[in-house]
Amino acid sequence: MNSLYYQKRLSRNIGDKFFTSLSVICALVAILPLIFLVTYILIKGGSQITPELFTLEPNPPGDDLDAGGINPALIGTLIITSIASIIAIPVGVGGGIYLAEYSKGGAFSRFIRFGVNVLAGVPSIIAGVFIYALIVSTKILFGSMYSGLAGGMALSILMLPTVIKTTDEGLKLVPNELRYASLGIGASMYTTILKVTLPSAFRSIATGVVLGIARAAGETAPLIFTALFSYYYITGFGDLFYEMGSLAVLIYNFALEPYDAQNKLAWAASFILVLSILSVNIFSRILAAFTEKTKRV
Amino acid sequence: MEKKLTLFKNRKRFGIEKNIDIIFKNTALVLSSFVAIILLGIILVVFFQSFESFSRYGLKFLVTSEWNPVKDEYGAFTAIYGTLVTSFLSLLITIPLGVGTAIFITEDFVPKVFREIIGSFVELLAAIPSVVLGLWAIFVMEPFFRAFFVFLHNFFGWIPLFSTEPTGRNSLLAILILVVMLLPIVTSIARDSLNQVPKKLRNAAYGIGASRWKTIFSVILPAALSGIMAGVLLALGRAMGETMAVTMIIGNSNAFSWSLLSPGYTISSMLANQFGEADGSQVSSLFYAAFVLMILSLVVNIFAQWLVKKFSLKY
Repeated sequence: MNSLYYQKRLSRNIGDKFFTSLSVICALVAILPLIFLVTYILIKGGSQITPELFTLEPNPPGDDLDAGGINPALIGTLIITSIASIIAIPVGVGGGIYLAEYSKGGAFSRFIRFGVNVLAGVPSIIAGVFIYALIVSTKILFGSMYSGLAGGMALSILMLPTVIKTTDEGLKLVPNELRYASLGIGASMYTTILKVTLPSAFRSIATGVVLGIARAAGETAPLIFTALFSYYYITGFGDLFYEMGSLAVLIYNFALEPYDAQNKLAWAASFILVLSILSVNIFSRILAAFTEKTKRV
Repeated sequence: MEKKLTLFKNRKRFGIEKNIDIIFKNTALVLSSFVAIILLGIILVVFFQSFESFSRYGLKFLVTSEWNPVKDEYGAFTAIYGTLVTSFLSLLITIPLGVGTAIFITEDFVPKVFREIIGSFVELLAAIPSVVLGLWAIFVMEPFFRAFFVFLHNFFGWIPLFSTEPTGRNSLLAILILVVMLLPIVTSIARDSLNQVPKKLRNAAYGIGASRWKTIFSVILPAALSGIMAGVLLALGRAMGETMAVTMIIGNSNAFSWSLLSPGYTISSMLANQFGEADGSQVSSLFYAAFVLMILSLVVNIFAQWLVKKFSLKY
């Protein structure tokens, strides 16, 4: 009769209690530092934010107490990330369309899918090394060496696998009935893709692409010897062919400076970078959850 | 009747539309092959750039630790050792923590809302740029752990791993920041593969009287093992290639030391530090080091993919 009731002293129950507390401890040890890290970055960085930060150039490191602002780096990040997106999105979406819509699971498409996964695992600094060898050291871009354009190309290599993957997977989720219906009323393949399948997969593709862009915006390693860094305002189109600053490289350079003013600038830049990346992430997650709920097809 | 048929006869697709269709398909084909071109391009370019160094040192490059631009002598042993040690030791800490956390958020210890919040929070953390983690490591983690490192050295100094006086940045800090970076990856992949284990396996185990942890250890974890292993390997690849946070905190010294409390080097931090200013045969040697890093991460990644294919769930 006794065996019907819960017995505390039973070895299996003691063991269960032990492992349960172990996993709670694991979760606490894993999550508490992470919470601490985020709040620290937001508080420490947020307290450095001033209006001048967004308009001034950074002063060259020195005993100068006033470090200036991060305007060139902020604009530089926007420009470099845009260049990367302009390259990676058409190539990636086009490649994803081929994989999902045209390929019939043959050797070629299997190889490309494998390549996408491998490329996603290539260390980001290797992308920088590659662009350095291909573009910076050969001065192939109209004789300019380090340039924002080269930096954007390096970042696009990192974005490409994400874009292809999300397009491929987004299109695969579109029900085949839509394709049959479109082809059945006489639409050609490209009309079907552009007018039917792509629009119905648009949200999931857009979410993935935006997350990819947000990740690329924080990448530093591919930029440190392709775009380098610049202290000066970006004034015109021609500046694309010269060294260009970015928030990520600014944080790297100024964190290693021995001066307090530069360190503070690095914290402010991290605040802006982290806040924008996190909000993009949260926003696209909410959007994705919303799409999930309202999905009709 | 006749009239109706001619109406259909005229509705032929125009030649131009057919051409557009073909062009569209071939453009997509070319764009998709870009991935392969870039991948092969990276491998070939890095290999050919490293050729000079490769033919001069051969495999000796991998086992000597002299790195002297003045004497023009290069060997990457310190950096390769640093890469392997930091990535493996950080994984050793991350795996139990990450899998433990994943179990915590897939079991029903706390209400579902909290588990989902914790889960998405962990995923968000994977989005924090590593350069920001490096900044945090320099200004918060290093001062925080300084006393602990002194304690480690004083009491465990007889172990070669802790044999040097801790002075500022060192390999152990790099390992710890890598743990912070890898935790989100391992946790979210482990959570996904635990969630994919079918409910009926759990119910069957409960039904024959297994306790919760008996079920987890003998049914659920084995079933999710391939996914978890793949996640671990992906994390290993990330750890090997991780550049910024490690470069900022590892101290960047090419002097070889067994001690984790002394400054060290990894391949990627060596590249980040020296690539901008290098010239002559140093560049070629750096490319050689980059080639080694690429091969290491390629092997890990391909093995991970193979593992997923080979042992993916068959329920």
